[in-house]
Amino acid sequence: MNEAGSAELSIEALSGSPRRVRRERIISRAMFCTAFVSVVVSALIIYALFAEAWIFMRDVDWSATWGQIGWFPRRGIYDMPTLLVASLWTTAIAMVVAAPLGMGAAIYLSEYARPSHRAFFKPILEILAGIPSVVLGFFALLWLAPNVVAHIGGEGGRGSMLAAGIGVGILTIPLVASISEDAMAAVPKSLREASAGLGARRAVTTLRVVLPAAVSGLVASLIVAVSRALGETMVVFMAGGAADAAIKTYSPYDGSLTMPAAMASLASGTDQVVGEGLTFQSLFFVGLVLFMLTLGLNLIGDRFVARVREQY
Amino acid sequence: MTTGHDTRLDSFNDTGLDPFNTKGGRPEDPDMTATDQRADEPVLDPAAREGAELPTERTVIFDVEELNVYYGDFRAVRDASLKVHKNEITAFIGPSGCGKTTLLRCFNRMNDLIETARVTGSLRYHGVDLYHPKVDSVEVRRQIGMVFQKPNPFPKSIWANVAYGPRVAGLAKKGPAMDDIVENSLRKAALWDEVKDRLDENALGLSGGQQQRLCIARAIATDPDVLLMDEPCSALDPIATTRIEELMHGLKDDYSIVIVTHNMQQAARVSDRTAFFSVEVNPESDTRTGILVEYDSTQKMFSNPADERTENYVTGRFG
Ligand SMILES: Nc1ncnc2c1ncn2[C@@H]1O[C@H](COP(=O)(O)OP(=O)(O)O)[C@@H](O)[C@H]1O
Ligand SMILES: [Mg+2]
Repeated sequence: MNEAGSAELSIEALSGSPRRVRRERIISRAMFCTAFVSVVVSALIIYALFAEAWIFMRDVDWSATWGQIGWFPRRGIYDMPTLLVASLWTTAIAMVVAAPLGMGAAIYLSEYARPSHRAFFKPILEILAGIPSVVLGFFALLWLAPNVVAHIGGEGGRGSMLAAGIGVGILTIPLVASISEDAMAAVPKSLREASAGLGARRAVTTLRVVLPAAVSGLVASLIVAVSRALGETMVVFMAGGAADAAIKTYSPYDGSLTMPAAMASLASGTDQVVGEGLTFQSLFFVGLVLFMLTLGLNLIGDRFVARVREQY
Repeated sequence: MTTGHDTRLDSFNDTGLDPFNTKGGRPEDPDMTATDQRADEPVLDPAAREGAELPTERTVIFDVEELNVYYGDFRAVRDASLKVHKNEITAFIGPSGCGKTTLLRCFNRMNDLIETARVTGSLRYHGVDLYHPKVDSVEVRRQIGMVFQKPNPFPKSIWANVAYGPRVAGLAKKGPAMDDIVENSLRKAALWDEVKDRLDENALGLSGGQQQRLCIARAIATDPDVLLMDEPCSALDPIATTRIEELMHGLKDDYSIVIVTHNMQQAARVSDRTAFFSVEVNPESDTRTGILVEYDSTQKMFSNPADERTENYVTGRFG
């Protein structure tokens, strides 16, 4: 290009093609806009949530939200503990199902399965992940209730928090499995070799090396699963054993409404949301509580992950 | 045993004999005859190494005969035969891809972890067939420790790294007994003074050379019989390398060591015997199979090798 090595360079020679520089700038702005749109949308959602929930919190008679006989929003009775207990039960039952099965599947796939077995099991998990929750709701009500719940002390003929919880658990197994497996697969092979070289069996290597090194991902998988279970609507709505109102109960064998199921029942039906003056707003209030719970969960999860993580 | 036998070197080579049967081979070993025929060739570099006397009465630890290793249909190592002796350092040298790692990983059945790997031939450890169906690879690895190419400490404390093996083997639990094992192992690995005040810090905070010495400490904590080292210094700087080499000289009294290295100077510096591997290209299938070209005392391998390929390699004419 420039034969004489001593010739001076002009600033133009280094400023690049103006068209490309301009195009680069346009692309970068367009990318910013897309990111901005999602921020704006999120902000609007949160705003709407807060706005309506605020009306509820301002106008409600707070004694109606605590210590009542249950959740009867169309009659002005908004007992939050009813929903919280139901959410807690279904989520806890779901995790009792999903954590061991999901992690077990992940351990099997990542540490034990031969490639051919892996190739067989992995798609099955993906199919499970693809099942619509409506289908699982039916399954929980029509199969789990009579065939499982009825054998562990419950009634088979109707929905219950137990049936719904097991259903939600099945729904979240693939979630736990896939995130956990990714976390374990990210543990370097060299650590497994080091362990094997010291005379550790596979189970010991998994327990003492792989799982501790993958703990951040494992915790993340559980948090995501809990969030998912807390927010799961359809399965609980269908198999939870309560329609649009629920009597407060602490027994998982009873039917009840979780927070999202209560919201769904408020927003469904021909009369939409009618009733007492604040019925519509109560929906947003429940949504806000759910949102805060999930947010808090994620924050705690992040803290925990940062503290116990084994760096590699 | 590597000291002060310079004078032996010439007579050793001139006789054209192998009075100490350094190859440890049987007399009918065809390789051995080849050695004898070429042994009167000029000494390449007699100063390359101190003379070393290799008594044959040393116990044979590994007796490898006609060993072949396959990955699926691909034969990575063909017909390797050699004997590894007690309290010696045996070096495997050769260009990369010639199967040094593959062969080394047969010695503690580490290749079992690779789905496709398959071994034929005989590999005896103190006379026991390592690949006998009744032999448990986990038990084998407790006696035959391994140090890997890249330092791979666990992301745990220094203490927990060293304690891992003994704990898994049930040698000791947390407590004074384990503390002793940890201290002794770290001392043997010449790392104790550097880490004694921070045993509960994460091992990943150590330098590369320290990490590798920690891996050595971790390997000897289970009190193995043999240490296998796969290019333990390849990721380290020269100073760290020197430290590890010095360390190996000290460890030889307690352990038998097999070390893979593609650094010939290192083999010449640290080992008693050297096996030179090369690759043989099959023109039909275009596959490269590793073969053991020559195995002898290190002194002989570097001063007066029997095989022309060895000579070319150790003099740097082929790499
Ligand atoms: N896990 C494996 N699967 C298939 N082929 C392998 C595997 N490991 C090594 N090989 C092949 O075996 C041959 C020998 O490799 P290796 O033992 O690592 O050689 P070296 O250690 O001498 O460099 C090479 O051709 C390599 O590609
Ligand atoms: Mg190698």
